[in-house]
Amino acid sequence: MDLGSISPALLIASLMVASTPLLLAALGELVVERAGVLNLGVEGMMIVGAICGFATAVETGSPPLGFLAGAAGAALLSLVFAVLTQVFLANQVATGLALTLFGLGLSSLIGQGYVGIKPPGTGRLDLGPLADIPFLGRAVFSHDWMVYLSLALTVVIAWTLARTRAGLKLRAVGENHDAAHALGLHVVLTRFAAIAFGGAMAGLGGAYLSLVRVPQWTEGMTAGAGWIALAIVVFASWRAGRVLLGAYLFGGVTVLQLNLQAVGVALPVEYLSMSPYVVTILVLVIMSARRARGTAAPASLGKAFHATH
Amino acid sequence: MIDLVKRPQPSRAWAWATPLLAVLLTLIAGGAMFAALGTDPVAAIRTIFYDPLFNPQFASYSRPQLLVKAGPLILIATGLALGFRAGVWNIGAEGQYIIGAICGAAAGLALYPSESRFLVFPLMILAGLAGGILWAMIPAILRTRFNTNEILVSLLLVYVAESILASMAVGTLRNPEGGGFPGSRNLGQWGASQNLELLPGTGLHWGLVAALIAVIMAYVILHRHMTGVHIRLAGQAPRAARFAGVDPKRLVLFCFAVSGGLAGLAGIFEVAGPAGQISIDFNVGYGFTAIIVAFLGRLHPVGIVLAGLLMALTYIGGELASFMLNIPIAAIQAFQGMLLFFLLAVDVLTNYRIRIGREARA
Repeated sequence: MDLGSISPALLIASLMVASTPLLLAALGELVVERAGVLNLGVEGMMIVGAICGFATAVETGSPPLGFLAGAAGAALLSLVFAVLTQVFLANQVATGLALTLFGLGLSSLIGQGYVGIKPPGTGRLDLGPLADIPFLGRAVFSHDWMVYLSLALTVVIAWTLARTRAGLKLRAVGENHDAAHALGLHVVLTRFAAIAFGGAMAGLGGAYLSLVRVPQWTEGMTAGAGWIALAIVVFASWRAGRVLLGAYLFGGVTVLQLNLQAVGVALPVEYLSMSPYVVTILVLVIMSARRARGTAAPASLGKAFHATH
Repeated sequence: MIDLVKRPQPSRAWAWATPLLAVLLTLIAGGAMFAALGTDPVAAIRTIFYDPLFNPQFASYSRPQLLVKAGPLILIATGLALGFRAGVWNIGAEGQYIIGAICGAAAGLALYPSESRFLVFPLMILAGLAGGILWAMIPAILRTRFNTNEILVSLLLVYVAESILASMAVGTLRNPEGGGFPGSRNLGQWGASQNLELLPGTGLHWGLVAALIAVIMAYVILHRHMTGVHIRLAGQAPRAARFAGVDPKRLVLFCFAVSGGLAGLAGIFEVAGPAGQISIDFNVGYGFTAIIVAFLGRLHPVGIVLAGLLMALTYIGGELASFMLNIPIAAIQAFQGMLLFFLLAVDVLTNYRIRIGREARA
């Protein structure tokens, strides 16, 4: 075992790549939950995004088209959730689970002919002189454009939620849908839009997994990333900035345990590979224990809205 | 204008009719999916739902398989349904199933090569039960002690359990006479531990007996016992339940203990019977499919028996269809997910009336 063989610059670089799918999916779920909807189908939407993006990128040879298709496919799937929970008033927990179970089946159905294929490479963003800075250049400034897009989206979402009229309306719907309805806001339409946005973001995250992070298609390749994204939203107390922190923290744990496996730490591989899940649980416990009573969760989270007048 | 009007009470007629309607809609949508895959939809549906039971060529193999697969589904779903009724979401039954199987198998293997069936088999069952309960207690206690979301914790623990399973199969529980291959000794071929078919040719084993006992006990608890009243009250009106003296923490612990214990039992009966050994790919998703079974059975013990048999049929028919018609196994998974979608959608008819026409009030 030789811990010295782990290069810090490469560690940070792979941390950013490992965190990006979590960040994208968690940002999407953040918007959904701020609108008062609990969509537990992130895992299912991610994996559908992964295969839609992968298949499209392979067929067209264009990664950007792949990412678009991943977002579109997952958004389409999320609309099933939207119709069920917003129109048919179905239980959100059960519908989210159904979305995950269906998404896993659907994705392996679509993915039949795509096992063992290499996708076209996603280009690096040329940041010119920044990439030549020692250490930082390799660690931070030589990634593909999706990494920077995800960071930009964090800023845009944080700003939209906190500073714009649309963000205010969305939060009003999430905090008290009856009051928002009485004010003349379209609760159901707002939630449809939020759910579709969350689906598109989960799809982007999934497509990033299959096109950049792995890059390959295998059945069930999300391996719980969607559930970790859900946990990150809780960890972040429903704030976009902290979602970034959470995603990079969990990405860091994943990368670290992979590196420890590679250098042959004297721990069985199985125990290292369960560590991201164990850390997620521990963080959830710490967060929930700290806010003993009042929670930061949107007040209408997970409740069905039925306009009676 | 189409409007939904809340019923003062859920409709009893629709409560029975919605699962049937959902199955019907799934057959239509599933048929469309099979047609899109280039298979004759009628032949596909027939191969999945009719041939395993009635085609003389396959029935002798398939019929016993029906009970073999329905056993764990019913056992797990019965426990989950109690929790779902109370608003306690244990969705990590797959993990409790794995840990139950590991604990039960480990207890049995510790006594290898004892010949005493009256010691080994009951001990394994108890260990499986205990393993499932203990694994379920993690999310339950974190919930009652720290108010941690039990949905996320129970689900994340499935991945932890899968890692433990892999480590057991290649490490601690590996068969010392297995030539270095991963996987434990075969419990199904060891007289003291095997979970035999009770009536030859039926597929009936101790797991199904346990499932039927669990169904009867769940029915008694839900409909003839105060705990059942508390469970239903907590699910429908949590505030009222607290005024009625229901202790929500005890209810969470109870629901997780029952569902975890039953999932653990399903695990040990599977590992000692149909599966035979602890291996890396021992778990096949019964814990997740059981969620669909619980909802399809309307969270009612009797409904769950019927739903469990139907879901088992889709497993067996799905294998047959992939073998005969080249339909991918994944299509069956999507088919099962679709069933849950339709079920949730048509459930609106139970709780709401649909009013068509112009709204009378302005």
